[in-house]
Amino acid sequence: MTGQATSNAWSSHEGAAALAAPALTEKRRAFDWRILLGFFLPIAVALLWEGAVALGLAQGRLVPPPSRIIATLWGLAQTGELWTHTWMTLWRVLVGFVIGAVAGIVLGALSGSSKTTRQLLDPTLQALRAIPSIAWVPLFILWLGIFEASKVALIAVGVFFPVYLGIAGAILSVDRKLVEVGHVFRLSRVQLARRILLPAVLPEAVIALRSGLGLGFMFVVAAEFMGASEGLGYLLVDGQQMGKPDQILAAIIAFALLGKIADSLLVAGTKPLVRWQDTVRERL
Amino acid sequence: MLALEHLSKTYADGTRALSDINLTVHEGEIVSLIGGSGCGKTTLLRLIAGLDRASAGRIRLDDEVLTGPHPAVGIVFQEPRLLPWLSVSDNIAFGLDGVGAAEKKARVSHALSKVGLIEHADRWPRDLSGGQQQRVSIARAFVTNPKVLLLDEPFSALDAFTRASLHEHLLGLWEETRPTVVLVTHDVQEAVTLADRAIVMQPKPGRILDELPLTLSRPRDRTGLPFETSVRRILTALDHSLKAPQLQPQRERDRQAAALWW
Repeated sequence: MTGQATSNAWSSHEGAAALAAPALTEKRRAFDWRILLGFFLPIAVALLWEGAVALGLAQGRLVPPPSRIIATLWGLAQTGELWTHTWMTLWRVLVGFVIGAVAGIVLGALSGSSKTTRQLLDPTLQALRAIPSIAWVPLFILWLGIFEASKVALIAVGVFFPVYLGIAGAILSVDRKLVEVGHVFRLSRVQLARRILLPAVLPEAVIALRSGLGLGFMFVVAAEFMGASEGLGYLLVDGQQMGKPDQILAAIIAFALLGKIADSLLVAGTKPLVRWQDTVRERL
Repeated sequence: MLALEHLSKTYADGTRALSDINLTVHEGEIVSLIGGSGCGKTTLLRLIAGLDRASAGRIRLDDEVLTGPHPAVGIVFQEPRLLPWLSVSDNIAFGLDGVGAAEKKARVSHALSKVGLIEHADRWPRDLSGGQQQRVSIARAFVTNPKVLLLDEPFSALDAFTRASLHEHLLGLWEETRPTVVLVTHDVQEAVTLADRAIVMQPKPGRILDELPLTLSRPRDRTGLPFETSVRRILTALDHSLKAPQLQPQRERDRQAAALWW
């Protein structure tokens, strides 16, 4: 029959076209040198300032030239101080992040998946969210002391809310049409959660965790301001009190690098889970 | 045999989507529900699929009364509704939970070759065209060997060429196990191409207006005179369905007449 023959012709034609497509997209693109353009401005400013201080046009006492900042960083690394402080900060963020993220995921899942639990939990949590997290500091110090517990608690609170909101919102916005597919195949509640809800919320969950991690780094600074003897935040306070702007800037640079590395690790670690996403990213 | 008995559906807001539907579909029969938009075709399918509950009446499959999603009832939606995180073959295997690994693999690859997508087995749904995705969705419904297959305008979003090729794929799969098929469509040509019987529906509230047997031999020649005649008969019936006033019950007409009196 002609219909059958033509339909076969179509499918093989479509097949050929579809098979050819990835070869094109995966073709290695030439390195785009314009990416380096982004480095131009900061390096130019740094060199100008370095030159101005070297020529005696500026003192560079409160705004140290790049060479002094690098030297300070190098010195801190040499004595091992930098690693102690970095490790301390990292440890606090990590513990706080894990506690806050786990709590956020669990409560977010509870609140997203059932209307009853949402009506029970959400108003209270939204009210707590309206409190600026730093406002908890005095209370945490009274309750948990000035050592690690209060710091970790503050970071956990900071991480909790974006994760909670993100997870609950993601579950609420799962496509009803896909859930119906699960109903048609008679999935139980647990199966539905595992086979449809969980994969469907993963992309948004990753974003929620990333913003949680970002806030974790924000709150670790606040936590280390409230009386720490170690940590990059301590280096900041110490630099201020001892009048060492180069140390402050060195700590800021360390924070920037640390935050970026942690975020990249989180993205790289979760990438295999969201590979299937049909996003514009890969086509740009 | 699929039997709908006095089936009615009224939504919470008072909309009467279906009123007193009685329909018997024989085993292996392809029945096409046809009618304008808003006459409850999709609602009817959702009731049979167990995705919504009927307000009155019941649905029987052989001797069993259907009260929810049933393993012997499969459905292909208007959109492909593939799970984007599963590969094409995993999507097809989605409903094959209790089946052993070896048999699962065999059934999936058989279904894949039937819809002509065997070389796409390991790709993501996002890499497929709309027609290919809908073929995967048809394969997903067929692979569980349902007794009843519900098709909710599955080809409506596709162009005429793709649609014709999908009709072939569908009939090819149907030939194997000959399930009972209920096909919702608003495309008269499609109804005549596929169905053994066309049920013409009427809106507000949704009900059955007319039944037209389509006894043309398969495969059907879309250009022949008998095909044209059948298409015309259905179009005439559809015309009647839209000229609602003449067909409305006497009391309704009287009420309208009274309203227009002054």
